[in-house]
Amino acid sequence: MNGALVIGAVVAVLAVVLVAVPFMREPTALDDTLAEPDELEKRTLELSEERDRALAALKELEFDHRTGKLSDDDYRELVGGYRRRAAAALRALG
Amino acid sequence: MAELGRAALIVSLGLALYAALAGFWAARTRKRRLADSAGNALLAALGATAVAAAVLLSALIRHDFSFTYVADHTSTELPLGYSVSAFWGGQEGSLLLWLLVLTGYGAAAVLLNRRRAPDLVAWTVPVLAGIASFFAFLLVAVASPFATQNAPAQGAGLNPSLQNPYMLAHPPLLYLGYVGLTVPFAFGMGALLAGRTDERWIVATRRWTLFAWTALGVGQLLGAHWAYVEVGWGGYYAWDPVENAALMPWLAATAFLHSVMIQEKRGMLKVWNMLLVILAFGLSLFGTFLTRSGVVNSIHSFTQSSIGPWFLGFICAVVAFALALVFWRLPLLRSKTRLESLVSREATFLYNNLLLVALCLTILWGVAFPILSELVKGESRTVGRPYYDFFLRTFGLPLLLLMGIGPLVAWRRASLRALRRTFVWPAGVAVAVGILLLALGAGSSAPGLIAYTFSAFVLASVTLEFVRGTRAAGSFTQLVSRNRRRYGGYVVHAAIVLLAVGIAGSSAYGSSSERRLTPGQTMKVGRYTLAYRSVAQRRGPNDLEVRAAVDVYRGRTLIGHVHPGKNTYFAEQQVSNEMAIRTDWLRAEDLDVITDQIDPNGTIYFKALVKPLVNFIWLAGVVFLFGSVVALWPDAREQRRLVSRYALPTPAEA
Repeated sequence: MNGALVIGAVVAVLAVVLVAVPFMREPTALDDTLAEPDELEKRTLELSEERDRALAALKELEFDHRTGKLSDDDYRELVGGYRRRAAAALRALG
Repeated sequence: MAELGRAALIVSLGLALYAALAGFWAARTRKRRLADSAGNALLAALGATAVAAAVLLSALIRHDFSFTYVADHTSTELPLGYSVSAFWGGQEGSLLLWLLVLTGYGAAAVLLNRRRAPDLVAWTVPVLAGIASFFAFLLVAVASPFATQNAPAQGAGLNPSLQNPYMLAHPPLLYLGYVGLTVPFAFGMGALLAGRTDERWIVATRRWTLFAWTALGVGQLLGAHWAYVEVGWGGYYAWDPVENAALMPWLAATAFLHSVMIQEKRGMLKVWNMLLVILAFGLSLFGTFLTRSGVVNSIHSFTQSSIGPWFLGFICAVVAFALALVFWRLPLLRSKTRLESLVSREATFLYNNLLLVALCLTILWGVAFPILSELVKGESRTVGRPYYDFFLRTFGLPLLLLMGIGPLVAWRRASLRALRRTFVWPAGVAVAVGILLLALGAGSSAPGLIAYTFSAFVLASVTLEFVRGTRAAGSFTQLVSRNRRRYGGYVVHAAIVLLAVGIAGSSAYGSSSERRLTPGQTMKVGRYTLAYRSVAQRRGPNDLEVRAAVDVYRGRTLIGHVHPGKNTYFAEQQVSNEMAIRTDWLRAEDLDVITDQIDPNGTIYFKALVKPLVNFIWLAGVVFLFGSVVALWPDAREQRRLVSRYALPTPAEA
């Protein structure tokens, strides 16, 4: 019974300490603002995803073409569009 | 010790509530330290819940009958392994397992993502903690595993059907699956609350979803095998509401795992993916509700209890909250791209999604129908096997076909000429197999023949995809290592084919026979002749075991002996059917012999079943697990790319 009480007390104290750690480590934080992407970062993220999507699409087109799933005509027609998209995203990302 | 368990659960509830409320406030006001503190509270809740779990486990192992739960679910005669499995053998213990797994998943998700996506995690923590608060509240106020009493000399024991090695793994795996679906749900809701429409939440939860889905799939197959060897009726799936409760979220998660690829590749289906995540999580809660509320009759469900209304209220609140959130963020979720062609890989994924969701919803209707009919007409009407079999054929066979079509079709667009080229071999193989099977007499079941023909088509298509891919990539290892998810997925498709072959074989081409025999008499079933020799009984560790000795002949050749019978458990005062199974590994076929009734004079009412290809179902489980591990295996190149894409400056860097 006593042992159980001790364990219970230790658990409770540890829990409180763990919860309080961020405040104990930085009692007066210079910047307490949660990191969040601003508009520029959101735009960068969007462009990065667009770039990755276009590059992945180009790889897939190439692979589907080589495995015979995509005809030469379809490949030529599609590949140009994705190259332009990838290039535009890369340009915008600087 | 019970006080410690109770105190630990109260601490866990307090921490979860703090994480939910402080986390919400921190995310709303963008307070970094408070958000970190809320995340830590979730970690601490795991610690407190683990202490509660350790207390219960210790009481179960020590057979401390002053714990009402221990007295209700164990006895001193129960072997150690089953004393441990009694943890999830009853309602309160299984709720504690829910909370333990949930806080474990939550803590791991926070630890792995809080530095990479702090704003997303800040909104995810209150969602995870809100769900944890509900389960902690149930355990503290409604169904405590730490209720105490004056210890009786002996416990009631564990339900005999749960005294099976499968019960050591099947329920925990199902819980890993059910609860695991909380993570994508919480991150999805977190993304909506944060107003983030990028793919960050999908990237953060991809492996969690796959892991939960794998656990749920393997758990169900283990459950099916348990039902097959233990329940003693000769079947592995009875469309029981509780079995369906695990199947429905798995189907929804399967649809999500496919459609999420379209969002990743094309930026489409954002609303649909959110709805699938809500559906999968909502169904995992609904499954838990079905098992625990006692609203449906099932061999798997716990007895009637008071937690049903709480669960129902919680499910309604969660679904309403989630749908309102999606509706609120609809303008942000609109896709900028469109489907380029109805004949493309994306389109096959879409068709697959529609079929999976349709199958899932028809099963849901079948499960909910007795409850609704009770509410509306005052009498509970159930839908039977024909209902489920009809919809399994209607949606399952086209799904099987789509698994073969998908890999043959190019992303974005496919011309007729290219389709002709890629389809010719798989279609040829399928037609040849179909004709061969027809000639061999498989035409006795049209759905069976179609299932086998489609299965041949899928296997040929997957094999062709590996062969052509290897040629294009230069080597097999390079092919797989460059896209583990895709090729692991194909292995999973092969597992589904094995499953389909096993189900079709055992259900469409099986045979059965029933007869009352006295020693010396024989009966026939399929190609087998069974000769009943004698009956004997012996005392087991906690039961009395009666076994019949039966010789098995094929033609005039004796090929083996089986010993079906019944066990009578002393503490539980229950009788279980112990079916005998004779496996023919060459044909993957089982002969099941059941003693339905044993008379004191030695006369036995036997039931015998021949289940062709049934062992393909269990083999499917192994292949499924292997494919899932391949898909789950981390890809260092992809990780580097994602890290660079989502690298946000930390406050210090800023």
